[in-house]
Amino acid sequence: MTLLYLALFAAVLFGVAYVFRLVGRSATGNAPFFRDMPFGVAYGYMLAAFLLLFGIYYYLKPVDLEGVPQAGVMFFRWAVQGFIMFAAAAFVFRLIFRNVGTEGTKKLFRSMPLTAAFGVMIIIAYAFVSIFAGLIAPYGQEEILGAANIVPGGNPAMGGNPEYPLGTDQIGRDILSRLIYGAQNTVGIAFVTTCLAFFIGGSLGFLAATLGGWLDQLLSRAVDALMAIPALIFALLLITIATAWAGSASWQVTIYMIFIIAIIDSTRVFRLSRAVGLNIVVMDYIEAAKLRGEGLGYLVFREMLPNAYAPLLAEFGLRFCFVFLTIASLSFLGVGIQPPLADWGTMVRDLSQFINFAAFAPNVAVAPLLAAGAIALLTVGVNFVVDWMLHKSSGLKE
Amino acid sequence: MSGLLRIIVQRLLLGLVTLFVVSIIIFVAVNALPGDFAEAILGQGATEEAVTAIREQLGLNQNAFTRYATWLGGAVRGDLGVPLSQALFAGNFGTTATGTDVITVVDQIIPRLKNTLFLAGVSAAIAVPLAVTLGVLTALYRNSAFDKAMNVSTLSAISSPEFFIAYILILFLAVLNPVFPSLSNIFPGMEFSERLNRTMLPALTLTLAVTAQMMRMTRAAIINLLASPYIEMARLKGLSPMRVIVKHALPNALAPIITVIALNLAFLVTGVVVVEVVFVYPGIGQLFVDSVKIRDIPVVQACCLIFAAVYILLNLTADILSIISNPRLRHPK
Repeated sequence: MTLLYLALFAAVLFGVAYVFRLVGRSATGNAPFFRDMPFGVAYGYMLAAFLLLFGIYYYLKPVDLEGVPQAGVMFFRWAVQGFIMFAAAAFVFRLIFRNVGTEGTKKLFRSMPLTAAFGVMIIIAYAFVSIFAGLIAPYGQEEILGAANIVPGGNPAMGGNPEYPLGTDQIGRDILSRLIYGAQNTVGIAFVTTCLAFFIGGSLGFLAATLGGWLDQLLSRAVDALMAIPALIFALLLITIATAWAGSASWQVTIYMIFIIAIIDSTRVFRLSRAVGLNIVVMDYIEAAKLRGEGLGYLVFREMLPNAYAPLLAEFGLRFCFVFLTIASLSFLGVGIQPPLADWGTMVRDLSQFINFAAFAPNVAVAPLLAAGAIALLTVGVNFVVDWMLHKSSGLKE
Repeated sequence: MSGLLRIIVQRLLLGLVTLFVVSIIIFVAVNALPGDFAEAILGQGATEEAVTAIREQLGLNQNAFTRYATWLGGAVRGDLGVPLSQALFAGNFGTTATGTDVITVVDQIIPRLKNTLFLAGVSAAIAVPLAVTLGVLTALYRNSAFDKAMNVSTLSAISSPEFFIAYILILFLAVLNPVFPSLSNIFPGMEFSERLNRTMLPALTLTLAVTAQMMRMTRAAIINLLASPYIEMARLKGLSPMRVIVKHALPNALAPIITVIALNLAFLVTGVVVVEVVFVYPGIGQLFVDSVKIRDIPVVQACCLIFAAVYILLNLTADILSIISNPRLRHPK
């Protein structure tokens, strides 16, 4: 039945698109824009116009129908408002830094697309929140407060409490505070892990590229073998063993997890830094430095590293996203960052059943999405920045 | 043709060697468990007989090399041992777990592996055509509003965690508009349409996760070729942009596209873990996570081996297909 309606809709749109092109041609006296327009493009324009109109219509629908909240409309409004708010914030942010700061940063922000500005803004905001979490958060992350399951929104009529703007969780901890501390724990641990992965993978990769020979062969084959096991699966296997080692000390599991993920991810870093290093090693200035009699440390850190800076920085962004998502997924599965610490993956899992109340209590269903959204927002932001950096450094114009 | 055959055989052998090394890594990792494995799983209240029974059961009284050989030999014959939950039961009650009514690891894994392959198959059937079509369209209308919107949305889809996409889909397609069920409880003997209906939400989640990557690669591969002289020639002949891309650019961009599709299929089979947990889909990923939580080592080991085998096989396929589709790789200088 639904399929029939969809087919009917497509057929109607077909006619509308044809008429649109025809009218366009006759109204503009066969202007090239309409004359050369393939039918598919006309159809695309009509589809986009329809979606836009439907969006506006849906947005303006009443939120309340005789006392029954229309959850679909509410979620749609929140999504649209959130999107517009972020876009506006990114625009203002870019505008400010186009006029404030040193010549270099001003120039940088002038060439920046809005998505990249959004990414930079998100990264700065997250860094700020995670560093000053203790000062910003209204309550402690493990503090159990008065009542459990207070609804987000702070509206007493709907089961909220203005003292806890985002409500409390199932054992009465403030969700806002836990989200803020989650930034510190999740982002902090992911950052440390990525740095460790880069330290291990990067130095071994450059070493393999500079020295070559049996060391290169040994490391490369070992990395090949490790990379043949899918990352998340391997991490889960090793964490099983780590939990046995840690016994009842659950904080140790977190430490083991950092090392496990760092080592698994360092294989990917090794591949890249070896490839980049091999291209640099054959350069004349390396030859010159070798003839000058410079040591290995000087070669790697003073000659090679500065020249491998751009691809490694982009890789750092991507790697951070991978590590961050892996840690979030592990926590979501219940084997990552361990309970008393607030962490977004665990929060999503703990609050996930509230999503089933969305139809009659939209506010309740927001809680699990907030933590998941916090994860997505950061990775999206980092990816936007990396995409822009890669685009800029590759010099692709088309 | 014989040259091609030789390359394929060569790659297959290489894959086997890799799998062998992977099995060693898995075995060594598992044997890094502290202390005696039997004591570790039975806990403190274990009687001496129970510990001895488990040791016998798992062959822990032999040296590591013999145990590895036994495990690998069993795995090749399709016998991956008995789950610990079964062995534990047998150990505590003084019976052996080798009777006829014992559920082995293979019995546990096979039906779930089938379910997972079904899920991956459904997602691939939606994702691959969608990704290639969108990739061609974005390459055709590059730098238009459509292209930019697709760029932003695919980047967002790639970077969002799977459970975020999953819950958004549950919210809109299961809770607010009950189109599909949010729990995918599949059982054998189910009608195909019902089964498809219940698989739809996890399949859509996976589709969103992999389509973006494949689409971006298709677009990049095609755009890379647009500066080539033969594309210029085709354009100057007066062919339509669509024809230039589909007839002239796409066949030459096939190698990278096939590679990325195969890699994403590998992701589909291994990345299902989180999605299966969210939707309670009875696949191998769910089994793996449950076994990890109760430290059921034989099952964890077996799942790991199977995941690695699938992963290696799909990577191999990517390799071989890209060699077949590109004659230049067939005759390396």
